[in-house]
Amino acid sequence: MSIDRAQVRHVARLARLALSEEEEERFAAQLGNVLEYVERLQAVDVSGVEPLGFAGDATAPLPLREDEPQPCLPREKVLSQAPEQNGEAFLVPRILE
Amino acid sequence: MPVPDFEPVIGLEVHAQLLTRTKIFCGCSTRFGAPPNTQVCMVCLGLPGALPALNRAAVEMAIKAGKAFGCRIAERSVWARKNYFYPDLPKGYQISQYELPICSGGAVPVPGLGSIPLERIHLEEDAGKNVHTATGSEVDLNRSGVPLIEIVGKPALRSAEGASEYLKSLRLCLIYLGINDGNLEEGSFRCDANVSVRRKGESKLGTRVELKNINSFRFVRQAIDFEIARQVELIESGGKVVQETRLFDNEKGVTRSMRSKEEANDYRYFPDPDLPPLRVSKEWMEGISTPKLPHEIADALAAAGVSQADARSIVSDPRLVEVHRKVGGDPKRAALFVVGELGRAVNEKEADLSALKFDPALVQEVWKLQDAGAISSTAAREVLAELIRTGEAPRKIVERKGLAQVSDQGALEAVVDAVIARNPAEVEKYRGGKVNLLGFFVGQAMKDLKGKGNPGALNALFKKKLGP
Amino acid sequence: MKADLLPLSLVSEALASGTVPADALLEAFLARIRALDGRLHAFLRLTENEAWAAAKASVQRRANGKALGPLDGVPIALKDIFCMEGVETCCGSRILRGYHPPYDATVVRKLRQAGAVIVGKTNMDEFAMGSSTENSAFGPTANPWDLTRSPGGSSGGSAAAVAARLVPGAFGTDTGGSIRQPAALVGCVGLKPTYGRVSRFGVIAFASSLDQVGPFAQDVKGVAHLLGAVAGHDPNDQTSSERPVPDYASALDKGVRGLRIGVPPEYFGEGLAPEVEKAVRAGIESLRAQGCEVRETPLPNSPHAIATYYIVATAEASSNLARYDGVRYGHRAKASQLLEMYEKTRAEGFGAEVKRRIMLGTYALSAGYYDAYYLRAQKVRALIRRDFDQAFASVDAVISPTSPTTAFRLGEKMDDPLAMYLNDVYTVPVNLAGLPGISLPCGFDSKGLPIGLQLIGRPFDEETLLRIARAAEPAEQRLPPILEGR
Repeated sequence: MSIDRAQVRHVARLARLALSEEEEERFAAQLGNVLEYVERLQAVDVSGVEPLGFAGDATAPLPLREDEPQPCLPREKVLSQAPEQNGEAFLVPRILE
Repeated sequence: MPVPDFEPVIGLEVHAQLLTRTKIFCGCSTRFGAPPNTQVCMVCLGLPGALPALNRAAVEMAIKAGKAFGCRIAERSVWARKNYFYPDLPKGYQISQYELPICSGGAVPVPGLGSIPLERIHLEEDAGKNVHTATGSEVDLNRSGVPLIEIVGKPALRSAEGASEYLKSLRLCLIYLGINDGNLEEGSFRCDANVSVRRKGESKLGTRVELKNINSFRFVRQAIDFEIARQVELIESGGKVVQETRLFDNEKGVTRSMRSKEEANDYRYFPDPDLPPLRVSKEWMEGISTPKLPHEIADALAAAGVSQADARSIVSDPRLVEVHRKVGGDPKRAALFVVGELGRAVNEKEADLSALKFDPALVQEVWKLQDAGAISSTAAREVLAELIRTGEAPRKIVERKGLAQVSDQGALEAVVDAVIARNPAEVEKYRGGKVNLLGFFVGQAMKDLKGKGNPGALNALFKKKLGP
Repeated sequence: MKADLLPLSLVSEALASGTVPADALLEAFLARIRALDGRLHAFLRLTENEAWAAAKASVQRRANGKALGPLDGVPIALKDIFCMEGVETCCGSRILRGYHPPYDATVVRKLRQAGAVIVGKTNMDEFAMGSSTENSAFGPTANPWDLTRSPGGSSGGSAAAVAARLVPGAFGTDTGGSIRQPAALVGCVGLKPTYGRVSRFGVIAFASSLDQVGPFAQDVKGVAHLLGAVAGHDPNDQTSSERPVPDYASALDKGVRGLRIGVPPEYFGEGLAPEVEKAVRAGIESLRAQGCEVRETPLPNSPHAIATYYIVATAEASSNLARYDGVRYGHRAKASQLLEMYEKTRAEGFGAEVKRRIMLGTYALSAGYYDAYYLRAQKVRALIRRDFDQAFASVDAVISPTSPTTAFRLGEKMDDPLAMYLNDVYTVPVNLAGLPGISLPCGFDSKGLPIGLQLIGRPFDEETLLRIARAAEPAEQRLPPILEGR
């Protein structure tokens, strides 16, 4: 399984990663290797097998949360971690439509 | 808008915020209108290490909707992540349901259209809000994590009008179920429409376009009608409809293509490993009750003698149904009060249905006074209006406003005798056959009684005294 | 032996008997950290203020006869993946530099409630992605047995800290072997509990269906104490189990007579270093000598585990790491519009291995590839789990090497991601199946590097696993050369 630069670019866009030309090339090769290794799964007979999505105790009772309000985090504390904020909201650059 | 040769096909997707006290995956309040970013925590901010903890009430409300619309409730449904980047989506994914939703099938009853079938109802979390400014955007995450159900209708609607009726009916049902406040302005009830057209007689569906940002019933009709016309024109001029998302511009009344949305439409759904599959036992499901839906209540009212029109007006607001029930007595008479006096007071902003000042049971007292002849029907209307305004006891209102009518036989006889004595000429004429002078006598007596005489009793007395 | 060289359970006894007060013990460990960590780089930062307050409070409790249990006063290190309110928590990544979480992980809260003295945050591979701690944005950690070698990873800082006696106990996380492999490579005990046994709340996620918190110590009993303090249901983590938590330490010395141990032939094949195989087989013989019944147990789908793992783990990671977008916390690149801000922030903030895995995971989930990769991997995963279910019908535990080799040189595998991934060949199946697994020392190779063996147990049966581990652990402890001034 090989993966070309265009595919790498497409995936990088989906993942919001800016890649340099050099990275594109390197990732194309490395991902190709890994995908080639992963190809072996195609040979496994999985007919009639239910995928295992949840790794935990799937039969245990569901521990649901009751609808009782809990204290929220103080806004100053929340915003103090933000790269850019105005005391009320997080600020982000222009969104080009 | 009738379009010759073409048939529009419309399916609606409604996002309804559930009326839980807390968010779907954390204990933050869902209250609307709080200052930005004051109802947030590690979970709804998507802080590193935070995990979702599913709210039982949100699940129960979704089940309630599913039961009310006759959906199949899944014994096991699965949470899925919908992955995309946007500043109002803190985790970079929305927790939703994809392949296995909690409810599937079912239908929404729409008066005049029958039942509009549903594809599914699933649970998901709402995103926050971006407020665009000159230099960028401000992100408020108070809404992030508010529980939503998405009600996906089948493409079974054939007109903008029908779509609007469907939405109205769906909205009302959700309000009756107590799971949504139906507030379109605040965005707690939102709608996207999938619209396509095909030539009449064609069985294959045309290419559909998704319309967003249609946040009033009027805009729904405008947006869909515009879109139908646009698609028909496009096809008739030899063009092709492109599958895309279009935004409704409610100022210009047109839909516009949102190209940026197309590019990244690969949501990479996969089961959310942070949440066990949602299992709903038979006992749990059966323990969740659903109240009567509006069309059922309207039918019951009509069966009890209420006119169809009044029944429809009453069920248009569950608070009116509640008042009608509390008034009690003859359903028809109670209905007349609800759509009459109460409706008028609400229209004139003299009463607020969310904060009524009076006990509806007191309406019966007014009727008792009226039926006993203690007040006139005109006075009764006045007492009811005052009762609605102030909540004061009817007897007190009658007393305070001096609305009691004189029905005491002795007192009335004295006045009648005086009127007869004062007007010998008219008495002569009356006895001579001018019986329509009866009104004159009653009027004179009323004058003496300052309008408070019981008109029926006066009539009878004059007839007796003047004799034939 | 000085108290600060003892394994955790004996440190705990020394505290209980009053032989050493908690504050003196803390000073001894801090002194060693100051002396050795410049060369090891096991710690990213110390939490001395909190540690001193906790040690003094512990001394006070002991004086009042109100000790909280076996961890009261015991110094503990935490991988930098656990959120601590107000303490910089970076998860080994540039993108979280300067990030101070506003809340504590449940594990942190529980350790404090148990009286533990948290001394600092340890180094790790960025977002726990790696098997060598070389993917840390803050430089690698060295192996106390040979400073030119890797301590393994991703919890290499915690493992190295315990091996070099910088702390008697530490916590890490294990997604594909990130506790057990470093434990093997530095010669200490490391336990990955059953998926759902310990809360993940406040633990920065790599792959949510595989991640699990677990302890390191020099001895099995120490690990039992540490597990007992943090295990149990947490309403904030709905994947955590509501099963009751047994007293792990009390059942340790029941012996292993009559217990059945399975040896999977698939774990003793190509790629396994002969010296490692020899030591593990000797460990098996020791268990047999103590009355264990040993039988061969096939796990035929295990050879598919690495491929399965690298699809499942990267897919989940690609989604888990989407939140690092420069909006609410962490690094943000300068940019005039949003898309550019996202792409540059993530390009600058993430290291090469993290980017590689995000790319792979995004690819595996993307339209047109989901069925062939992700869905198929989850099906193979079900087969791997089924193998274990069948094995546990006839054995009480499975035994294998932890890692195919002893510690490798720093830099040796950095250019070949696949070779690095193959380090985890024996540990990954355990995560895929959600089972408990423990690595414990079972000797040394000819270079004097530690060798680890792995025991795998039934879900939620850490008790039996620890009991067997107790029987298999070496009677004597060798100290790494760095402690002898070499």
